[in-house]
Amino acid sequence: MGWAIALHGGAGDIPLSLPPERRLPREDALRHCLNIGVNALKSQQHALGIVELVVRELENHPNFNAGRGSVLTSSGTVEMEACIMDGNTKRCGAVSGLTTVVNPISLARLVMEKTPHIYLAFDGAEAFAREQGVDTVDSTHFITPENIERLKQAKEANRVQIDYTQPIQKEVKVETHAADGDSQIGTVGCVVVDNHGNLATATSTGGLVNKMVGRIGDTPVIGAGTYANRLCAVSATGKGEAIIRCTVARDVAALMEFKGLSLEEAAASVVENAPIGTVGLVAVSPSGEVTMPFNTTGMFRACATEDGYSEIGIWSSRQN
Amino acid sequence: MGGWAIAVHGGAGVDPNLPTERQEEAKRLLTHCLNLGISALRSNLSAIDVVELVVRELETDPLFNSGRGSALTEKGTVEMEASIMDGPKRRCGAVSGITTVKNPISLARLVMEKSPHSYLAFAGAEEFARNQGVELVDNDYFITEDNVGMLKLAKEANSILFDYRIPIVGLETCSAGAAATESPLQMNGLPISVYTPETVGCVVVDKEGRCAAATSTGGLMNKMTGRIGDSPLIGAGTYACDLCGVSCTGEGEAIIRGTLAREVGAVMEYKGLGLQEAVDYVVKERLDEGKAGLIAVSNNGEVACGFNTNGMFRGIASEDGFMEVAIWE
Repeated sequence: MGWAIALHGGAGDIPLSLPPERRLPREDALRHCLNIGVNALKSQQHALGIVELVVRELENHPNFNAGRGSVLTSSGTVEMEACIMDGNTKRCGAVSGLTTVVNPISLARLVMEKTPHIYLAFDGAEAFAREQGVDTVDSTHFITPENIERLKQAKEANRVQIDYTQPIQKEVKVETHAADGDSQIGTVGCVVVDNHGNLATATSTGGLVNKMVGRIGDTPVIGAGTYANRLCAVSATGKGEAIIRCTVARDVAALMEFKGLSLEEAAASVVENAPIGTVGLVAVSPSGEVTMPFNTTGMFRACATEDGYSEIGIWSSRQN
Repeated sequence: MGGWAIAVHGGAGVDPNLPTERQEEAKRLLTHCLNLGISALRSNLSAIDVVELVVRELETDPLFNSGRGSALTEKGTVEMEASIMDGPKRRCGAVSGITTVKNPISLARLVMEKSPHSYLAFAGAEEFARNQGVELVDNDYFITEDNVGMLKLAKEANSILFDYRIPIVGLETCSAGAAATESPLQMNGLPISVYTPETVGCVVVDKEGRCAAATSTGGLMNKMTGRIGDSPLIGAGTYACDLCGVSCTGEGEAIIRGTLAREVGAVMEYKGLGLQEAVDYVVKERLDEGKAGLIAVSNNGEVACGFNTNGMFRGIASEDGFMEVAIWE
């Protein structure tokens, strides 16, 4: 027993040669966010408040693909989405198509708490944000020079689409043109079990580089990118279309519930059964277990438990 | 290995005082759609083609809450959503916030087949529709007089501001409230007499054992603009895999929380339950306080439905000659 926390900054094809100037700021950010979560746990905050707090911090960090730093659509705009879920009550909130809300995760929580609905999107979600008086800024705030460059390169390479089921040949050939190999990566998420065994999860993203305007990924879809109940809390990342069809987050819980697998076994099974290179996830159980499997090259991740264990990593342990 | 089977629904949660002629009208439409699906199955169309065909027909008829006849948002507009899923490879497509596409289910199928994504919404989805050249109509086409009246009643009841788990106060002061006193049943916070539940869906298993599912809806009467319900969410309103195809209807938020459609597949896959057992288990154990219904088929030609609401518009048929169209238990 005891609290536990895990967070991620995206899974994908992170090259082992990732230069220190790209690696270190992300590791620092993960450490910083982990500490914020750990301190909140030590001061007895509720799991739901902590996942929101940590994801807000990750959203504010421009090196991750959420909030400021979100990748751009094919039109050069930002369309952010986020989702939050409370394990004990299975109450949840989700948002998509946000263009001016500084912290999408907090708007998702407001949808959960202040509306009769679970999920609001696009203009309706923006109107709700204004009504609730959350911080909004001009859309340009979210756009970083790095992401303008990424979009340009993605367009030049014409590598719009990454649906693994329909590889578009000419795109595969030019894939190596991607500037830094991590341009798809950086969805953020956090899962927590607090001192009282409450579970919660939160995920936030800018989506895919060069995505079609209006595209919704796995992040806001309950059961796909985000899910929590009394058995576990899960936040997934990777190729959205694969995560949706594999109902990744819900399946971790379903395997525990219906097959009696442990958290680690369930998470490993789901990740193994998803197409290679498509998914990573972080998960915690009420007894304070943590697991962070992925079938991609790497996943930016961090975790800590009450007994003093702590880890920050990118690639699998033998490569780190 | 069984033969083909098909089920259609026109929503769960029915006003017990629904006029008989309206009940008959609903049954006629369900029978018509069922027969359409049966003919298609007999001519060897694949499951995914049949669910699309049947849901298109349901969307085109104004009776149920999808396509023409969709429920209205608080602004009096129509925002439709739909999703479709093909069991064999779990390919899927979904759309939300559709305002001019005559058949949202066909746009969902195009998202699945012609875009790199599985879900497009609002302006981006409309733009995709124009690029694909699907049939477009003016938003007014979808708005029926009946629904304009219903929206007015719903607004008088002011009930969408209330979560369905919270008792509604002050209802007795308005006309919809009076209706509610006569009929205390509620769905989604609305007195059942004002509630337009009639999301449509179809599930099919074809002769080759391939399952597919499709669901389409106008959503909740008096919903907030931008609200997304369970229908377009894979695993919630719609799901299909090698084992089964499932389409749900009812209180969207309860269905989302329960990941209801995937749940049927999950208990079959991980617990080894049969189709009807899985459906019963999910309706009983996974809805908490919520109200919903669902239809499902399995890859060996079984078909099942379940609901904990007051009635569900539904039709079921299988290759061995069984056919049933019903509203009540």
